[in-house]
Amino acid sequence: MSYISKPKFKHPLLKTNDLGLTRRDYEGSLTTLCGGCGHDSISAAIIQAAAEMSLEPHRVAKISGIGCSSKIPAYFLSKANGFNSVHGRMPSVATGANIANKELYYVGISGDGDSASIGLGQFCHIVRRRINMLYIVANNGTYGLTKGQLSATADLGSKTKSGEESLYDAIDLATLAIELGASFVARSFSGDKKQLVPLLQAGLKHKGFAFIDIISPCVTFNNTDASTHGYKNTWDSYVALSAIDYVPMRKEITTSYAPGRVKEITLHDGSAIHLHKTSDDYDPYDKENALHHINAYKKQGKIATGLLYINQTTSDLHEIQDTFDKPFNSLGNIELCPGNAALTNINDTFR
Amino acid sequence: MPKIIQTSKVSSITKINDFVVKFANVNGSGSASANTMFAKSIFRMGIPVSPHNIFPSNIQGLPTWYEVRISEAGYLGRREGVDLMVAMNEQTIKKDIEAVVPGGYVLYDSSKTLPNELVRDDVHYLPIPLKDICLREYDKPNQRQLFKNIVYVGALAAFLKIDFKILTDIVSDQFKGKERLILPNVHALELGHQYASDNFECPLNLQLKHSNKTAANILIDGNTAIGLGCVYGGATVASWYPLTPSTSVVDAFSSYCHRLRIDPGTGKKKFSIVQAEDELSAIGIAIGAGWNGARAFTATSGPGISLMQEFLGLAYFSEVPVVLFNIQRVGPSTGMPTRTQQGDLLACAYASHGDTKHVLLFPSSPKECFDFAADAFDIAERLQTPVIVMSDLELGMNEQICDPLQWNDKREYDRGKVLSAEALESIQRYGRYLDTDGDGIPYRTYPGTHPEKGSYFTRGSSHDAYAAYTEDGNVYAEVMDRLALKMRTAVKYLPKPEITAQGKHRLGMLYIGSTQSAIQEVQDNLAKKGINLNTMRIRAFPFHEEVKQFIDQHELVFVIEQNRDAQLKTLLKIECNINEQQMCSILSYNGVLITPTHIEQAILQTMPKLTHSN
Repeated sequence: MSYISKPKFKHPLLKTNDLGLTRRDYEGSLTTLCGGCGHDSISAAIIQAAAEMSLEPHRVAKISGIGCSSKIPAYFLSKANGFNSVHGRMPSVATGANIANKELYYVGISGDGDSASIGLGQFCHIVRRRINMLYIVANNGTYGLTKGQLSATADLGSKTKSGEESLYDAIDLATLAIELGASFVARSFSGDKKQLVPLLQAGLKHKGFAFIDIISPCVTFNNTDASTHGYKNTWDSYVALSAIDYVPMRKEITTSYAPGRVKEITLHDGSAIHLHKTSDDYDPYDKENALHHINAYKKQGKIATGLLYINQTTSDLHEIQDTFDKPFNSLGNIELCPGNAALTNINDTFR
Repeated sequence: MPKIIQTSKVSSITKINDFVVKFANVNGSGSASANTMFAKSIFRMGIPVSPHNIFPSNIQGLPTWYEVRISEAGYLGRREGVDLMVAMNEQTIKKDIEAVVPGGYVLYDSSKTLPNELVRDDVHYLPIPLKDICLREYDKPNQRQLFKNIVYVGALAAFLKIDFKILTDIVSDQFKGKERLILPNVHALELGHQYASDNFECPLNLQLKHSNKTAANILIDGNTAIGLGCVYGGATVASWYPLTPSTSVVDAFSSYCHRLRIDPGTGKKKFSIVQAEDELSAIGIAIGAGWNGARAFTATSGPGISLMQEFLGLAYFSEVPVVLFNIQRVGPSTGMPTRTQQGDLLACAYASHGDTKHVLLFPSSPKECFDFAADAFDIAERLQTPVIVMSDLELGMNEQICDPLQWNDKREYDRGKVLSAEALESIQRYGRYLDTDGDGIPYRTYPGTHPEKGSYFTRGSSHDAYAAYTEDGNVYAEVMDRLALKMRTAVKYLPKPEITAQGKHRLGMLYIGSTQSAIQEVQDNLAKKGINLNTMRIRAFPFHEEVKQFIDQHELVFVIEQNRDAQLKTLLKIECNINEQQMCSILSYNGVLITPTHIEQAILQTMPKLTHSN
């Protein structure tokens, strides 16, 4: 969406990953978002996460709805196919795409207007359907593209730049996702790349529906001290339930941690995440416990972040439906058409 | 016991293989399967038969009718007037008896005396104590209810001379796998047959005689044929939201997939069916799957079409193939959900905001439902755009006689212009929306095909030939012009209109879809009166050149359609630049299938206004 094309220059000393690609190979077109927008930090985190993991860019499908958030897919992984669909309907498009070819990585990018208002129904139902994907909400509590109306994730009492105060309780997409059966739920902050990058990596590798609610301040319309989604409030009230490291499959684990507070979680493909919990009584495997911690912090005006909940025992839609091993989009006449002999028998049942 | 109860002063009508039997029932009483059995037995006797369900939007307790036209001549349209009424519903019995033609018959349950005001002296009554017979024969309340229906079918077999062996065969077929149900049903048929034979002079003057007119045919409903067509057409993804009268499309797809699409080696499914949370999601899923290279469809009706508008615009503009079956019902709004109409033509042809246009197919028989369902996937992928198959409740939910379904085993799916990794290698710079061939159809890639080439950003926002966002008005206009060109190219891939031009007549009839059932009869009846008409059945939109030619070749063309606002005529005016004076609308929008009589009368009324005789 830019009038300025991005320079193609690559620094000769840029590090390459296992595929021989540099970070530049994971970039997208030049951003057209406002300077300092949290969403650009999300793009940067995705680029870093994918490059570090040596993800093949063309094996990723980026799908979004409408809004500032939904422009993000244009700004990372230009070699991946993208689909900027209609407002609030990314979940259905992602569902169909995933059914058609289960072998790609699916990254859904949405916003708080897109997922918590116009698309709340679709959000709930994609969680229920256990689509194997990473679903990101870039959450700024405001409608940026229409110039700063409050969104449904704006906290009660939060104020936008124009002074409009939120009179209603906020919808918390992370707790909703946990309630509805998402098997990987995290919350992070666009400003905290150290936390966000390993969460993105773990979310991509998690088999099942992974959801990350990323607080991503809108510098233009919702970054005042009176806004709970601004940089200041987020930094002030930000609490990590655990610190997280993503450990790729083949890396030997060398660091040692103090016992009790460290959890190693092995992901589907053999890679792992290490959680360094800040408290002993927090258990990310326990739904009620996770919800309790999120809500307890909320009462104190704090935002619980990090990996909030994980369940590695659920099946994804393809497993639930027991679909064929080969992707549907690779099947042709031979696999799909029963032929005229079968039809002749079927005709006989209508005589 | 008296052999026949003669309540009529007039002689009874005498007809062989040419009459109408109507069943008036209470819905939820189990009448549907008995009535179907009746129609099927006539079909198996080789006699053309067309049953029509006229049912309420309700599960139990409201009136429902099943109207069976029997016609040796092969006329399958609805005929007004009833020759034999099976009056099983006390709520409607007065009107039902009134509908019987003089000299016709009323079969009723005489367990209760018929009130005097319901006795007409110009029809014959066939009283059968159905309730008493079933009370005597059966212990369980549900059997007493259900078998009443079978008993009256047994009685009809005696009255009309239905081949009893055929009836019992149908029972055996129907309960295959539930054999313990066969004997009680056959017994119920025998009870009815026996009672009628003992108490009346059987058969009546309305009679059935074995024929050979249906030997090659099948009796199937349009929705089942569509479901099967989707299996044959290679659909792997069905996403839908339940909506009458489209529901049985996905039911049929599901049932045939479970038989025909399970991998024998692994037992895994080569299909996925998602019952979505609403119609927006239903079409969104189909579009997502289509974008990613799977053949996907959704089925809906009017209210669903309204909800799908935004997504249809996206698929049109971003050029994603998707197939949509619209089983039309009566609108606007909730309308009459269980009645038929052709009321969504304009809503579908130009669905969504901005300049859009969509490919529509108009099947007119179950066979064509099957063919068009399979073809729709080829057309959608060839053109990279939505294809909407416009059926209706009449065609979708009623069994109809048609030619058997056929598949050419040599046929290969037309997946359209899709570039493989090898093909991408030889291309300097790939442009998703470049019109390389000059036909308005660009080349697409499936996501994930090639590491370096072929990826693009699909969007509903304005884009250039390389799929990049643009607000340059000229670039936008170029894309819109190419899309218009693509729609002109589309015609080449669409089924041509079917024309019967028997001579140089001045008059023509133009119609679509289920109206077909009436046309032959109209033509024959009017020919007897010296009025000869050529006909054209349009099978697709955008229209072929032949459509305009046909209209131009005639002094007046009757445009026959089942809606209030002459939507087909409007489309013809917009798209073909036709002089309004050359077209005369014949419209029917009472929720039931248009009848030949309605069309004939409309034409006869117009005739004197024409300057010359035909």
